[in-house]
Amino acid sequence: MTLSEEQVRRIADLAKLALTDDEVQRYAHQLSSVLAWAEALQRVDTDGIPPTAQVQTQCNVTRPDEVRPSLPIDEALANAPHRSDGHIRVHPILDQS
Amino acid sequence: MELHALTIHQAAAMLRAGSLSSLELTQALLQRIDKVQPAVHAYLCVTAERALDDARAADRRRAAGEDGPLLGIPLALNDLLCTRGVPTTAGSRLLQDFVPPYNATVIDRLSRAGAVLLGKTNTDEFGMGSSTENSAYGATRNPWDLSRVPGGASGGSAAAVAADACLGALGSDTGGSVRQPAAMCGVAGLKPTYGRVSRYGLVACASSLDQVGPIVKDVTDCALLLQAIAGHDPQDATSADLPVPDYTAALTGSVAGMRLGLPRELFVKGLQAEVEAAVREAARTLESMGAELVDVSLPHTEYAPPSFLLISSAEASAGLARFDGVRYGYAAPDAPDLWSTYSLTRGRGLGDEAKRRIVLGTYTLSAGCYDARYLKAQRVRTLIRQDFDRALSQCDALIAPTTPTTAFRIGERSADPLAMYLADDCTLSLNLAGLCGISIPCGQAGSLPIGLQVLGRAYDESTILRVAHAYEQATEWHLQCPHMPVRG
Repeated sequence: MTLSEEQVRRIADLAKLALTDDEVQRYAHQLSSVLAWAEALQRVDTDGIPPTAQVQTQCNVTRPDEVRPSLPIDEALANAPHRSDGHIRVHPILDQS
Repeated sequence: MELHALTIHQAAAMLRAGSLSSLELTQALLQRIDKVQPAVHAYLCVTAERALDDARAADRRRAAGEDGPLLGIPLALNDLLCTRGVPTTAGSRLLQDFVPPYNATVIDRLSRAGAVLLGKTNTDEFGMGSSTENSAYGATRNPWDLSRVPGGASGGSAAAVAADACLGALGSDTGGSVRQPAAMCGVAGLKPTYGRVSRYGLVACASSLDQVGPIVKDVTDCALLLQAIAGHDPQDATSADLPVPDYTAALTGSVAGMRLGLPRELFVKGLQAEVEAAVREAARTLESMGAELVDVSLPHTEYAPPSFLLISSAEASAGLARFDGVRYGYAAPDAPDLWSTYSLTRGRGLGDEAKRRIVLGTYTLSAGCYDARYLKAQRVRTLIRQDFDRALSQCDALIAPTTPTTAFRIGERSADPLAMYLADDCTLSLNLAGLCGISIPCGQAGSLPIGLQVLGRAYDESTILRVAHAYEQATEWHLQCPHMPVRG
């Protein structure tokens, strides 16, 4: 089971991770070993065994749709790298054209 | 006895008797931190002024007639826990200047109980690691041998407790990250049942596996700290709405008539001879105290490590997607557009292990891999839980080693991810099953501590505390301390 450098670059692009060439090479090599090792799972007979996503029995936990105290804007934005007028600033999302 | 060498319950008794103030106690701990921090590097942030304020406030509350097991007690908190107004880095460059605007629920509970915050301790980045070497802020050293790792991910908390640089601490356990460093540092560490303790404000490593747990000097302290933090939290949808028993009442000192299972597969391949010997000796001690030892099997144990790695990496790839340089944390200053804001921020801000796991997790969840890897790992997870349920239907609790080996040397495994993962071979399966477990010291190999794990049924922390406490009181391992060179 190998992960090629090209695959690593593609996955890194999906995951929005800028990797150096050295990192791509190293991770491809290391993760190939890890994936080969993880192939052991294929030996387990899991026919008819449901997957466990999480061990809790409760689901769809809700609360009444009531307004509660929340963070004031200045506290909520205090860690944002770029702020303006009570908002977070980002690069444009859409093309200018 | 020196003030920093006290346990939580010993200090509480002195505070109650009026022979000690929280201010004196806290000052003594701050001096101790100052002495050991250069060698051990357990703390990322020491909140001295805040600690003294907390101590004075606790002394005022006590003077006004209040009491409680944690009132005025100085504690350290793992840096994966959000503390309002106090830097919280998760051991990552990505959060190097992050100051949370809110407290994790467990922090609020400790504050209500009057505990004193000494500071934030070192952790592998985002809880990913088994040695604390993946911290972006330098490795923590094991107080028992400064050339060795304290274990991880909560190595900072474990080392702080072992070095008497706090009276107790909180860590977080995803695949063993509380129990394993507790074992390597010769202290006690407990992973609660998944859902027992709120994860609100805990920076996520893997959301279906994470739990916050106490790291302390003895089992009595463990019960006290767990009592304070356990219980339903409406802000954590995975937290269990179940009553919290009186954990101190479980500390009867007796295991007479209990059935304790020894799961043969947790005596893993590569188990160090001295570790096996110490754990089997501990089992014999418990037997001599009236427990019945039962041979049990957890047949899918060998599949826990790959199942854990695929599931936790998949969850991490989702959980870490929020770190994008937009709302908080490090942001690449030279990014020309939005996509590169994300990529450069994450590429530069994250360390190797975190990036590897994001790549592995993303790959595992991709079309073509999802069924064969991710769902397969989750089906194996079901089998692992069924193994535990079956074994625990025949026994009150299970006994096993906590780690395959004692603490390894710094740098020894950091170049080989697979070698590093081995350190959690005895602890991972419990997180997959979502059950509770505690590690307590049970011996030494040379001068390096060995840990004994007691594993229990869901929400049955009382039973594992009872077994661990009874063993502890019949032996003296919990009284052993490292001999560290300290600054004069």
